[in-house]
Amino acid sequence: MFHRESGVLKTTYEADMALYPLPIARWTVAALAVVFFAVIPLALHQYYLSIANLVWIAVIGALGLNILVGYTGQVSIGHGAFMSVGAYTAANLAIRLGSPWPVNLLAGGLMAALVGAVVGIPSLRIKGLYLAIATLAGQLIIEWTINHVTFISGGVQASIDVPRPRLGSYVLSSQREMYYFLLVFVVLAIVGTLNLVRSRIGRAFIAIRDQDIAAEIIGINIFRYKLLAFAISSFYAGVTGVLYTYYLGIANYEQFQIGVSIDYLAMIIIGGLGSILGSIFGAFFVTLLPIVIRYAMEAFGGLFFDPKTVLNLIPNLRLMLFGALIIFFLIVEPEGLNRLWRNIRNYFRIWPFAY
Amino acid sequence: MRQVLAIVTALALAGSLAASAPSHAQSKGEIVIGMQCDRTGATQIVGTVLCPGFHDYISLINSKGGVEGYKIRAPEIDNEYKVPPAVESYERHKKEGAVTIAVYGTPQIYALAQKLQEDRIPGTSPGFGSAAAADGIRYPYVFPVAATYWSQGTAAVDFVKKQLGGSLKGKKIAYIFYDNPAGREPIEILEDLSGREGFQLRTFAVPPPGVEMGAQVLDIAQRFRPDFVIAHLFGGAPAVSIKELKSKGYPLRKVISLVWGSAEVNIEAAGGFAVAEGYYTMQFAGVGQDYPVLNEIREMYKKQGKPAPKEMASSVYYNRGVFQAAVHVEAIRNALKAHPDGKITGVDTKAGFEKISNFTLGGLVPPLKITSTDHEGGGLVQIWQIKGGKFEKVTDWFSAYPDVIAKHTKEAAAK
Repeated sequence: MFHRESGVLKTTYEADMALYPLPIARWTVAALAVVFFAVIPLALHQYYLSIANLVWIAVIGALGLNILVGYTGQVSIGHGAFMSVGAYTAANLAIRLGSPWPVNLLAGGLMAALVGAVVGIPSLRIKGLYLAIATLAGQLIIEWTINHVTFISGGVQASIDVPRPRLGSYVLSSQREMYYFLLVFVVLAIVGTLNLVRSRIGRAFIAIRDQDIAAEIIGINIFRYKLLAFAISSFYAGVTGVLYTYYLGIANYEQFQIGVSIDYLAMIIIGGLGSILGSIFGAFFVTLLPIVIRYAMEAFGGLFFDPKTVLNLIPNLRLMLFGALIIFFLIVEPEGLNRLWRNIRNYFRIWPFAY
Repeated sequence: MRQVLAIVTALALAGSLAASAPSHAQSKGEIVIGMQCDRTGATQIVGTVLCPGFHDYISLINSKGGVEGYKIRAPEIDNEYKVPPAVESYERHKKEGAVTIAVYGTPQIYALAQKLQEDRIPGTSPGFGSAAAADGIRYPYVFPVAATYWSQGTAAVDFVKKQLGGSLKGKKIAYIFYDNPAGREPIEILEDLSGREGFQLRTFAVPPPGVEMGAQVLDIAQRFRPDFVIAHLFGGAPAVSIKELKSKGYPLRKVISLVWGSAEVNIEAAGGFAVAEGYYTMQFAGVGQDYPVLNEIREMYKKQGKPAPKEMASSVYYNRGVFQAAVHVEAIRNALKAHPDGKITGVDTKAGFEKISNFTLGGLVPPLKITSTDHEGGGLVQIWQIKGGKFEKVTDWFSAYPDVIAKHTKEAAAK
C-alpha cells in the first residue's frame, strides 16, 4: 500500500520478523479481510461470486506453481496433471470410503506431492527447457493413466461424482457458501507461501534458482530441496484439484488437460515470477480479462456491427485482445503485473518530493 | 511513470464503463434460453455453424410472434470448450433468469450436471456427454435429447448387419476411435453385441489430437481386413481417417462414421465429396436444405432484404443448431401451455421437455418421445451416404437393440 516507513523503529526480534512490520500494513490487511470476507460476499450477486470462486481456485494453483517456477527456477508444464492426481485421489476416497472432505483434501494434496516429487526427479540432472519437456512427459503420462486405468478413473467416462462438502450436517452448495469455503483455503495458501519463502526452505529455493552450484557449495542439499520444491508445489496443485472437484461436484479428466498447465504458466508469467502478489494478480488477470472483454464487446460491439457479426466477433476478438494485452503488459513491464504495481507504489512513496 | 499511470487510469475507466453498461432489461413477456457455444475452441468447426442455426430458429419463432405470445431470448456465451468459462456462463444465464440451458461440450455438461440439478434448470447435451444421462431418474435435469454414444453404437452395428446381409456371424468389424472418454464410451456396447451377434470386434485407438493414424489404418486395411469399419472421431480426425483409409485402399462404402465425423466440413477437409464417395454417416438431425422450417428461415431473411446465411449450406451442423433450438422452444411451449401466465421456472420446462412427443418439424427432427425416465427420446438416428457429390438418405429414423442399452443404463444407475 502507499505508506512510508520512516519513524518505524524495531526494538525486538519479533517485531523485525513480523509478516507486516508496519502498523499501516496491518490495517491494510485487516481492511482487505473485511472487504473480501464481508463486503464482497454479502453485497454481490451469486453470479459475481461464481467468478470470484474461479479466481480463488486459480490463485491457489498459481501460488503453487510460482513456488516451483518463480522461486526455485524449475520450469514445469505438469501442473494440470498434479491437480488431476489430487482430484482423483479425493474423489476415489469420497466414493469408496465415504471419507469426509478434510481427509480427502489432505490426502489429495499429499498424493499429488508424492507424484510431483517423482516427476521432479529429472530436475536433478536437467534444467530449463529440457526439464520443461520432462514435466510435459509427466503431464501426458498422468493424463494417459487416468484416462485408461478404470480403477483410478471410475469407468470409461473417467469422471467421478463427489458429494458436496459438509460442515457437520450443513451442506455447502451455493456460490456464496463455496466462496467462503474457498476463501479460507486462499488465505491459508497465501499465509503459508508468505512464510515459506522467508524461511530457510524458501531461501534455499531462491539460492537454487539464482545459481545452483553456488547453492550447493554453501551447503544446500540440492537433491532434497529441488524435490521438496516439486512436492510443495504439487501439494498446492493437488489441493487446487480437490477444491475444484468439490466446487464442481465432479472429477473429470478433461478438466485437467495440458491447456490448464499452460494457463497456469501464463498466470505466473503475467503476474510476476517469484512473487506472491504476482501470482494473485496473474490469477485475477487471466480469469477476469476474458469476462471483462466480453462485457465491453456486448456493450459497445453493437455500435459498429450488426448483432450476428457481434456474436461471431466476441469470442474471436476476445482471444485476440487477450493475447494483445498480455504482450502489451509484458512489454510495458517484463517482470509482470507485480513489478508494475511496485513501480506505482514506489512512485507514490516519495511523492511529491521525488528528488 | 506517467505512461504507466495513464494506462492504469484508462484501464480503470474502461472497467467502470463496462460495469455500468446497460444490461438487457428483462421485460415481462420474455423467456430466456441460456446458450453456450464454442466458436473459438477445440470444436470450433461445429460451433461456428451450429450456433447461427440456433439463433436463426429463435429469430424465426420471434418473427412469428414468439411462443404463446412470449418472446424468446437466447443470449450466447462462448465457452471456448473450457470448463471455467462454462461455469461462469451458466451462472450468468441463471442470473438472467434462463429456464433452460443449451450446454455445449462433454466436460462442460459433466461439470454442470450437479449444479443443474441443485438449481433445477434443465440442460441439454445433444449428441455428446454421458450416455448414462439418458436415465431421467438418475439425472433429472440433464437432457441428451439426441442419440447418445451408446445408441449410436447399437445403431451402427444394426446398420452394418443389414449391409452385410442380415447376419454378422463370423464377420469382422473394426472400431477406430478417438482415445478419450467419449471415444471409448461405445466399446462396452460393441463388445456386448459382438458376443451376441457372433462377430469379431477389434478396437483401434487414435491418440489425441487425432491427426496421426497411419499405423492404425494400415493395420485395419492390410492386416485385420474387416468387413466393416465403425469410426468414432472428433474435430480434425475424421477428415484424416477418410484420407488415410482412401490412400490405404480400404473402400469407404464399408465405413460408417458416428455423428461427429459426418458433416460437410469433415468431407471438405478430407478433400471434397469426390474423395469421400461411398462414406456412410450417422445423423441425429435431418441433412440437406429441403425442410419447411429452413424455407421459412430463408423467407424471413428475404423479408429483411438479406441473403440467406452462408452457414445454411453446411447443413449437418446448421440443422443440428435448428434442431437444438427447436427442442428447447418446444419444451418452453409445453411449459407455457401449462402456465399461461408466463411465470415458468426450470421445473416447468423440465416437465415441458418430458412432454415432447412426435414433434418432427417436417422431418428435420426425429420423432422424439421424451419421458420422465427416458431423456434421450428414443435414440433415433438416420444414415446418410456420400453419393454423387452430396448426402443421400439411406435409412429413415431408427434405433436398435433397446434391451442392450437398457441393461447398460441400469448398470450405470446402480453405480
